[in-house]
Amino acid sequence: MVLSLSAVSVAMGAALGFVYVKTKEPIEKAKIQKEIDAISTVVPKFDNNPKAEQYTSEGLALYPAKVNGQIVGTAIKTTTEKGFSGHIAIMVGMLPDGTINTFTVLDQKETPGLGTKMSEPKFKDQFSKKNPSEFKLIVKKDGGDVDAITASTITSRAVCEALQKAADAYQKGGKK
Amino acid sequence: MSLFKHFTNGLLKENPSFVLVLGTCPALAVTTSGINGLGMGAATTFVLICSNVIISLLKNYIPDKVRIPAFIVIIATFVTIVDLVMQAYVPDLYKALGVFIPLIVVNCIILGRAEAFAQKNSVPAALIDGIGMGIGFTLAITIMGSIREILGNGSIFDIKFLSDNAKTVLIFIMPPGAFITYGYLIAIFNRIKQKYNI
Repeated sequence: MVLSLSAVSVAMGAALGFVYVKTKEPIEKAKIQKEIDAISTVVPKFDNNPKAEQYTSEGLALYPAKVNGQIVGTAIKTTTEKGFSGHIAIMVGMLPDGTINTFTVLDQKETPGLGTKMSEPKFKDQFSKKNPSEFKLIVKKDGGDVDAITASTITSRAVCEALQKAADAYQKGGKK
Repeated sequence: MSLFKHFTNGLLKENPSFVLVLGTCPALAVTTSGINGLGMGAATTFVLICSNVIISLLKNYIPDKVRIPAFIVIIATFVTIVDLVMQAYVPDLYKALGVFIPLIVVNCIILGRAEAFAQKNSVPAALIDGIGMGIGFTLAITIMGSIREILGNGSIFDIKFLSDNAKTVLIFIMPPGAFITYGYLIAIFNRIKQKYNI
């Protein structure tokens, strides 16, 4: 009885170990590739490796994108816990003049069809080329400049908060 | 029973979702889109086939008293394999399905088939039963996911057929919609079954 259960456990453990070793590298690669993809979608074309030159400001990770050593934009990974279903992670691209280029959502659990509309151009494009020092990153309902997603005010507020955090990090020592 | 009967058994007569009403937790939770249903179904089918075959192979070597722990170890191993493989090669789908992949371990369909079928039948029969049950489950939740996606989001398999501003029946994307869809599908399925005497 003990023997057969142990035998099953050992055999299954071995199988699992084999698969783990085989998939370890692709998993790492997929994760890194995802971040690099996100960085390239939010900043203009670059020729360096932003991941290798990353630094932190205000607790957020910043990835400078450069062409011939000149900064053309900075990708900032920002998060908020105030989404309708909690955690949202966003990659924001800031241009050297302090304006937001665009952003892309890395991780979210929002309601499909409602909160997930934050990834759609209709909502996203209003931030493009806006400077957070003039463009208030607060939804209109609360006295700001942002058009909230219909029926998803909480998600919209959360996105605004995350963007504000990124903008602050960029202003306070994030600029290089 | 012939092998073909074992196969159709899982599809119609004992469809895990609509007739046995097993594995309802993933069926309700991940079916917000057709693709999610299909992915979840494929993962479950893989685990079901593998565990059915292994358990059928080992049925004479595992003493009765420790069969449940042994089954769980086998099932958990395959689930973890699926988990790792999906994480490596289809990260987007992996993220969409989230916690429901590890939860396949406790999916009643799998342990249920191991107990009720695999440990009493030959390897080919267990294999066919796994395939039939797996496809039955996949079809059921893919249909459910598609209906919810069409009504709630205006798209089929991520292809939009309505404009962005069109009003959709949002409740179908949300948890109550899952119960409504599931209830109607069970009713329709059983009506058809009765009519044709399957």
